[in-house]
Amino acid sequence: MSQAIGARDPAIGGRPRKPWPESWVAAAFIAPAALVILLVVVVPLARAAWMSLFDISLVRPGDEPFVGLGNYIDQLTSGGFWAATFRALWFTVISTALELALGLALALLMDQPLRLRWLLRTLVILPWALPTIVNALMWRWIDNAEYGALNALLTQLGILHSYQVWLSNSDIAMWMIILADVWKMTPLVAILLLAALQSVSPELVEAAKVDGATTFQALRHVLLPLIVPVVLIVLVLRTMEAFKVFDIVWIMTGGGPANATQTIAIYAYQTAYQGYDFGRGAALGYLIALVIMVLAAVYLRLLGRIGRT
Amino acid sequence: MQAPSASPRRRRPLGVRARIAGRAAFLYAAMIVTLVVILAPFAWLVISSVAAPVDLIERPLSWIPAHVGFDRYEALTIGSTPDDSALSFRAAIVNSSVIATTVTLVSLAVGTLAAYAFARLRFPGRSWLILAFMATYMLPPIALILPLYQIMSALGLRDTPLALIIIYSSFVTPFVIWIMRGYIETISSELDDAARVDGCSRLGVLVRVIVPVAAPGLVSTALLAFLMAWDEFLYALIITQSNASKTLPVAINDFIGRHGVDFGLLATGGVIAALPPVIIAFVFQRYIVAGLTSGSVKG
Repeated sequence: MSQAIGARDPAIGGRPRKPWPESWVAAAFIAPAALVILLVVVVPLARAAWMSLFDISLVRPGDEPFVGLGNYIDQLTSGGFWAATFRALWFTVISTALELALGLALALLMDQPLRLRWLLRTLVILPWALPTIVNALMWRWIDNAEYGALNALLTQLGILHSYQVWLSNSDIAMWMIILADVWKMTPLVAILLLAALQSVSPELVEAAKVDGATTFQALRHVLLPLIVPVVLIVLVLRTMEAFKVFDIVWIMTGGGPANATQTIAIYAYQTAYQGYDFGRGAALGYLIALVIMVLAAVYLRLLGRIGRT
Repeated sequence: MQAPSASPRRRRPLGVRARIAGRAAFLYAAMIVTLVVILAPFAWLVISSVAAPVDLIERPLSWIPAHVGFDRYEALTIGSTPDDSALSFRAAIVNSSVIATTVTLVSLAVGTLAAYAFARLRFPGRSWLILAFMATYMLPPIALILPLYQIMSALGLRDTPLALIIIYSSFVTPFVIWIMRGYIETISSELDDAARVDGCSRLGVLVRVIVPVAAPGLVSTALLAFLMAWDEFLYALIITQSNASKTLPVAINDFIGRHGVDFGLLATGGVIAALPPVIIAFVFQRYIVAGLTSGSVKG
């Protein structure tokens, strides 16, 4: 490969040394980043793979029998694992669907020539900027059963007659977490979709209207098909984030009540750090990573396709 | 123009005008509802942080508190007789600031260097290597926390800011590489060639030509990197133990355990922890939006 480079790089007169071949330069430039990632990702990942093959329990130090794929088989045949996986899927499907639908509506709204549009565009980013932990704390307080603003608002509006329990009700808790997540992440979806909408030439929509299409038809048949690639990317991106949800659940409910909001990441954390079972914890980490990596492959493939067109 | 209207002379008959007015009314109503939904939770968090405790447990709740004071802010930040909570909160502010700033600087330096190589240099394995970097960025922390916990303990780095700086750099750097590669690719390589002819080394080209031209991209990336490091919770939860390294998300998690019923204090901690990112997002909005879109939906 270096001949090609040599041809492009004219020898610079008077320089004492020939420049390095391009791939050496590249190696030198990438080395620092690769080093950080090798030490913090590749080494731990290999170690986690190794750990996942042993029965490592912190309550039983020194005695760590090799169990092969036992930890994986244990998990894949345990009700707790599947229940937590389904909870994570439930959270993922509902929150991603809501974020996409509301995000698209919000993006379309921000794309309209309205007088106070700048205000909306300025403020919409704020929920996204709020740290996840603070968002969770805020909603935990709003959803408080005795003093929360949600109960106060709904009773004052006459929608509720008495204060309700939200986060301690196992039928409702997950919905409250979804609400908090949707409030925070819809703006991000809207910002990304707005960028896509703005990249569509307004003349296309105008042309459709001149041809007799209603606003809705122009939207449905002209605008939306053009932003489908970005919608797909955002969909995969949000799915990936949502499936590994941890922080917001941890702060709002800790996985309760009665495991009603125990998603797969919470389950893995509790297995490892509250059950002191590092072998199973490592196996769970791998299983989650597997799902995420499949989604990541889809995501990168979609990005690649957009890059080419 | 073949508008499907009954009388061709009047461009906009009454029905159409009514429809346009109705549409505008609907859009403005939607906008107002959206603004209220965005702002109300924030407002309540801020109100809760300054309201007297009695105002917060009222039933029916009055939305404007009768007594307002900033004593909680003072107690948590500059009060002269800090209790344990205030001490750990102050330590967390310092830790979060130091960690997020260092991670930003390190990742930006290391990441931009690599991004330049990916954008401009030809070398074997280039396309799969950048995908490998992206994969490490997307890897869920839960898959890495156990070995990292053990490794950091073995190295004596547990409960130090350095451990978090190293860990955060490992996922912020690939993100920087990804965004900056995109930015650098939009810069004409003729600039590079001109500088090379003038005798610049590759590093010289990067520092003297690319970095100045890519400055807006660097700003976007730096802000997003800072926010990512500021926001992180799971690694911090297992790596930190004491005020020596606890970050704000962990401090808030502790707060909930310790002051579960002191909602005013929790809200105050939340507002303080939220201030830097919210101000950054507000002030540098353009950069943030540019960074977000180029970072997540552009290949």
